[in-house]
Amino acid sequence: MTDLLQSVVNGLLIGAVFALVAVGLTLIYGVMDVINFAHGEMVMLGMYTSFFAWSLLGLDPLLSIPLAGVSIALTGALMYFGAVGRVLGRSPLAQVIVTFGLQVFLRGLAQFLWTPNTRTVPRPWAAGLRWEIGPVVIGGPQVIMAVGALLATGAVAYFMNRTRLGGAVRAAGEDPAAASLMGIDPRKMYALCWVIAGLATGVAGALLMNSYSASPTAGVSFVLMAFVVVAFGGFGSITGAALAGLLVGVAQGVVGLYAPSYTLAAALALYLVVVLVRPQGLLGTR
Amino acid sequence: MSTPTVLDRPSPARLPVAAARRLPSWSTAVVILAALAAYPLVFADSAAHNIGILALTFGIAATGWNLLGGYAGQVSFGHALYFGTGAYTTALLVRQGWSPWLAIALSLPLAALLAAAVGWPCFRLRHHYYSIATIAVAEIVFILVTNLPGLGQANGWELPVVEQSLANLQFSLLDKRPYYYVALGFFCLAALAVWLFLRGRAGNYVRAIRDDQEAAAAVGIDVHRYKLAAAALSGAVTALAGGYYVMYVLFVDPPSGLGLDLSVSFTLMAVLGGVGRFWGPLLGAWVLVFVQDVTRQEFSGSGRSIDLLLYGALIVLVSITEPGGLLAIGQRLWAPVARRLGRGRNPETDPEPAGSAEVKP
Repeated sequence: MTDLLQSVVNGLLIGAVFALVAVGLTLIYGVMDVINFAHGEMVMLGMYTSFFAWSLLGLDPLLSIPLAGVSIALTGALMYFGAVGRVLGRSPLAQVIVTFGLQVFLRGLAQFLWTPNTRTVPRPWAAGLRWEIGPVVIGGPQVIMAVGALLATGAVAYFMNRTRLGGAVRAAGEDPAAASLMGIDPRKMYALCWVIAGLATGVAGALLMNSYSASPTAGVSFVLMAFVVVAFGGFGSITGAALAGLLVGVAQGVVGLYAPSYTLAAALALYLVVVLVRPQGLLGTR
Repeated sequence: MSTPTVLDRPSPARLPVAAARRLPSWSTAVVILAALAAYPLVFADSAAHNIGILALTFGIAATGWNLLGGYAGQVSFGHALYFGTGAYTTALLVRQGWSPWLAIALSLPLAALLAAAVGWPCFRLRHHYYSIATIAVAEIVFILVTNLPGLGQANGWELPVVEQSLANLQFSLLDKRPYYYVALGFFCLAALAVWLFLRGRAGNYVRAIRDDQEAAAAVGIDVHRYKLAAAALSGAVTALAGGYYVMYVLFVDPPSGLGLDLSVSFTLMAVLGGVGRFWGPLLGAWVLVFVQDVTRQEFSGSGRSIDLLLYGALIVLVSITEPGGLLAIGQRLWAPVARRLGRGRNPETDPEPAGSAEVKP
């Protein structure tokens, strides 16, 4: 029972990070109808940014959050203007392939520049924290990651649902032609989506460096989880992604307790069940 | 197209021209096969033969991928599942003393059935929903094979080394030409099967489904059925590559037989060479295997590799500049040359572009 409670808590905490990663993915999907297969690689680059901020400048991963966020936001803008924005309106195949190519490119770049070795920040500040609530032990890095991820996810949701600019982004997603008649340039809004997704993944990467190690393939499991979360929450729904992130995190924690080798398999099975049985997800429309 | 939106689709009205343009003629096939047959005689060293064997084997898999992903428009990122079906079935049976020919032959209908079984629920999904579902299925199988007892788990399986003969599909490692010519034979078989499928009614139907599924359904095409047919043949062709690959390297484990990277490489080959073009995947396979071989030697020992970086850059470049891949670029470059030579070929209408014959390592 204690084990189960501990797994649920751990799952909730990592689920917040899943939510933050998934939020950018679902934003790009909802507005542009494009699935960013390179999303995990953006997280991976955020992790490397945070790692090098530590190894070169001595910055704790917590302090490198803004740096990682801005760097990957710029990367996102580059990816949009350099590649994704150039295939808008082409066949669905071209759109699937271009972000897929970016994924291979970014992973190859990391492997070439930084070798396949894993890089870890040895003793981040958060590792010194630890709480015990009854029988449940909560590690500092996990709490820091969860709190940071929830704040960042909330910020994206607030921006999209409560601000004028966020409304413009949604308008461009719902009806590009009508939006452009209202003076909204859809392409600028698309670019903004990539910047926001970059911010979110960069922040997620820096947060993750509190207890994960960076490697060229570090993003793979996160993007696979993010696909599951986005489907579960309803493709395009930001609030849905946030909720689903927590749920998938808990599910992963519980499955991990009984069958640790099968957590990813269980999550992927969940994706299949959701898209086949309830394609609109938890909160999706349509 | 002043303000293209995500809703824009290629016009179905152009379909018949595009369809005719992308099926090869006999003369192109003869030129390419003659070049392939001459290759191991021109390049006599064992390393070149190795490149050729791998390029043909992966060319088979990529041609299989192209049938479903390129012609039918169902982009699968999980084709390692069918490659692995071929590899694991062959390994399992050969370890029991079966003839590799029989084992490979048996794995083909098995993979076709599996592909249809995966497609049955998943073909209800469109575009990226489908693509992600294929990743999910293949990764689940990968995880199961890695962890469950019975299929060698993470350690993988070695195949027994037996007497060298065509019947045993094992040859000398000093002179790899027999391996090469068997691979070429299998490639011809795979290409013929795909070609026969594409030139018939089913081929026109799957292309119509790719270009506009609603329109295809509206004119009475059984969309689900023809997607399943394309998936079944695509799975069988990919399994053929897996079965032969395992006989060549005599080893299979989850990453080399079922890994996501493998699925990725089939897609890369087809896209790079020319997606939805008959010889595109073969060209892509040659280029990728060659680049991999050269860069692995260049950077060996450092742990770094540049091949992924190059592939990724090539894919992005190809998809933003010329979605038709290297074949289309070749045709574009060839067109003015051909005009100057006085042939007056028009790349838009010519059913047999000369550029497509440039399949060289």
